[in-house]
Amino acid sequence: MIVSARETWLGRALLVVLMLVTVLPFVSLFVTALHEPGTYPGGLSWPEDPHWENFVLAFQSADMFQLLWSSVLIELGVVPFAVLIATLAGFALGHLAPRGGRIVFIVFLLGLTLPFEGIIVPLYYQMRDLGLLNTRWAIILPLVGLFMPFAVTWMRAHFVNMPQDISEAARVDGATTWQLFWRIHVPLSLPALSSLAILLFLWTWNQFLLAVVLVDDPAKRTMAGALGAFQGQWGTDIPLLCAGSLLILTPTLIVFLVFQRQFVAALLQGSLKG
Amino acid sequence: MASPSQAAASARDVGAAAPTSRRRAAAPPTRGKRRLTATVAAYVLVLPAALFYIAFVISPIVRTAQYSLYEWDGISPATWAGLANYVQVFANPTLVGSILNSFELILYFSVVPVILGLFAANVIRGIATSRLATVARTVLFLPQVIPLVAAGIMWTWQLSTKGVVNQFLELVGLGAVARAWLGDTQTALPAVGVIGAWVQLGLCLLLLLAGMTKIDPALYEAARIDGAGPVREFFSITLPSVRQELAVCVTITVISALASFDIIYISTQGGPANSTLVPGLQIYYLAFFQRDIGTASALAMVLMVLVLLVVIPLQRVLRGRDA
Repeated sequence: MIVSARETWLGRALLVVLMLVTVLPFVSLFVTALHEPGTYPGGLSWPEDPHWENFVLAFQSADMFQLLWSSVLIELGVVPFAVLIATLAGFALGHLAPRGGRIVFIVFLLGLTLPFEGIIVPLYYQMRDLGLLNTRWAIILPLVGLFMPFAVTWMRAHFVNMPQDISEAARVDGATTWQLFWRIHVPLSLPALSSLAILLFLWTWNQFLLAVVLVDDPAKRTMAGALGAFQGQWGTDIPLLCAGSLLILTPTLIVFLVFQRQFVAALLQGSLKG
Repeated sequence: MASPSQAAASARDVGAAAPTSRRRAAAPPTRGKRRLTATVAAYVLVLPAALFYIAFVISPIVRTAQYSLYEWDGISPATWAGLANYVQVFANPTLVGSILNSFELILYFSVVPVILGLFAANVIRGIATSRLATVARTVLFLPQVIPLVAAGIMWTWQLSTKGVVNQFLELVGLGAVARAWLGDTQTALPAVGVIGAWVQLGLCLLLLLAGMTKIDPALYEAARIDGAGPVREFFSITLPSVRQELAVCVTITVISALASFDIIYISTQGGPANSTLVPGLQIYYLAFFQRDIGTASALAMVLMVLVLLVVIPLQRVLRGRDA
C-alpha cells in the first residue's frame, strides 16, 4: 500500500494520544490508591512512601471475599442456565424451524433494545410479591429473562447456518430430536456457546441497576452493585476508594486479557447480528 | 444460503420425473401427524426461554403500561389517572429536562466516539501489521470491559478540583479554566459525556475496524494511482464501505445515551440542579424515593418508545447488509 510518511506519523500520533487518554484514568486510580488513607492527594502524583497496604485494607473493609463469592453465585445462577435455555430455543427456532417459528422469533427480537429502566418498577413489585427482594434470586431470575432476546437471537443465528444434512443423517440413524441436540449439535456449537457464555458473564458481573434496586445488602449483589455501595461508604476516603475500585475491576480485566480473542470476536459478532 | 435452489437445479438437470426435495420424498402417508409432532417438539424446546422472557420482560412491559395509567404510591390502593401521568411527563420542566439531557448526551456517547472511532480505525487499518495497531486495539477496548460504575468512580476523581484534568490544565497554562467539572451546572453534562465517550470509543473502533478489514485493498491502490488524497480516499471508499458497521455503532451508543444510568448515578446523581438528570435516573427517583409509581411508569413508557423511534430507522440501514 502506498502511504505517505507524514500521514503515517500523524495517524500514529493520534492513536498514541487516544491510548494515553484511555490509560490515564487507570494510572491515576493506581497512584492515588497508594497515598495515605484519609488524605486528599493530587490527581497524578507518586506518594513519598507508597501505602501498598491500602489494597489489603480495602480488601478487608469491603469484605472482598464475600463480594466475590456473591458475584460467583449470581454468575452460576445466570450464565449456565441462560445459555442452556437459549440454546434449546435457538436450536428449535433456527434448525427445526417449526410452523410459526418466525413470529416467535420476532417477539424475542422486540426485547433486544429494551432499556432495563423501562421495566425496573414492575420487576421490583414482582420480586416483592414473590418474597425474593434482597435475595440473589431477585437478580438472577430477571437477568435470565432479560438476556433471552440477545441469547436466543445469537443461538438462532448460529443454528440457521448449520447444514440440515447433518441432522438428516442422524435421523436416518434413528436419533430422536433430543439425541440430535445433545449428541450432534451441542458439540458442534461449542465456539458459539462459549462466546455467548463470556458475554453473559461480563454483563452479569457489571450489572448495576438490578443490583441497586432489588438488593439492599451489598454482600448479596453483583460486583458492580457492590462497588456502588463501596463508593457510598468510602466516598470521602479517596485513596481507599481508589484501591477498592481497582480490586473490583481487576477480575474483569483479567478475564478480558485471558480470553481476549474470543471476547472481541464474540462482541463483534454479537453486535453485528443483534 | 443457496442450497434449496441448488438442489432444485440439480434435480432438473438429471431430468427426474418427480423432482421433489429429499425430505418430502422420504415422508410416509402419516406426514401431517409427524409434522405436527415435530412442531410440538420444537415448541417444547422454546418453552423455557419463552417462559422467562414472558415472566421477566413481556409481563413487566405490560405492567409498566398499566401502572402508567394510575396514581399509585406503591402501598395504598391505586386510582385511575388516565393520561394525566403522561401530561406530567411532557409538562413538568424537570421531566422534560431529563429527556432533553439524554438527547444532548447522544452527542457525547455516540457522535464523538463514532467520529474518533472512524479516525482511529482508519489509522489502524493503514498500519494493520504493526505492533502499535495490536496494542491500540487492546488498550482502547479496556474501558468497555470494566463496570460502568468503575468508570464513573475513576472519572469523578479525575474531574475533581485536584484531579488529573485540572492538573493538566495548569501545566499548559490554562489554570484559569480549572474547576470542579462535575459540580458546575455549565460543565456537568459535558463532563459526564466525556466519561461516556471514553467508554464507547473502544466498541466503535472495533466494529468499524471489522468493517474496514473487509474492504478490498485493490480499491485503495486504484484510488492512489488516480491521485486521490487521504481525505478523498476516506470519504469515497472507507466511509461508504462501513455503512452497516456505522449503523450498529450508532444504534448501540444512542441506546446507551438514552438509557444511561450507572455513570450518572455514580458521578453526579443527576445534579447539580438537575443539570445531568436523565430519564433512567428520574424513573428510579420517582418510583423509589417519591413513591410516584404512575409518573415513573409513564416516563418509562416514553423512554422505551423513544429508544424504538431511534432504533427502527437505523434498522433499515442495517437490513441493507443482508440484501
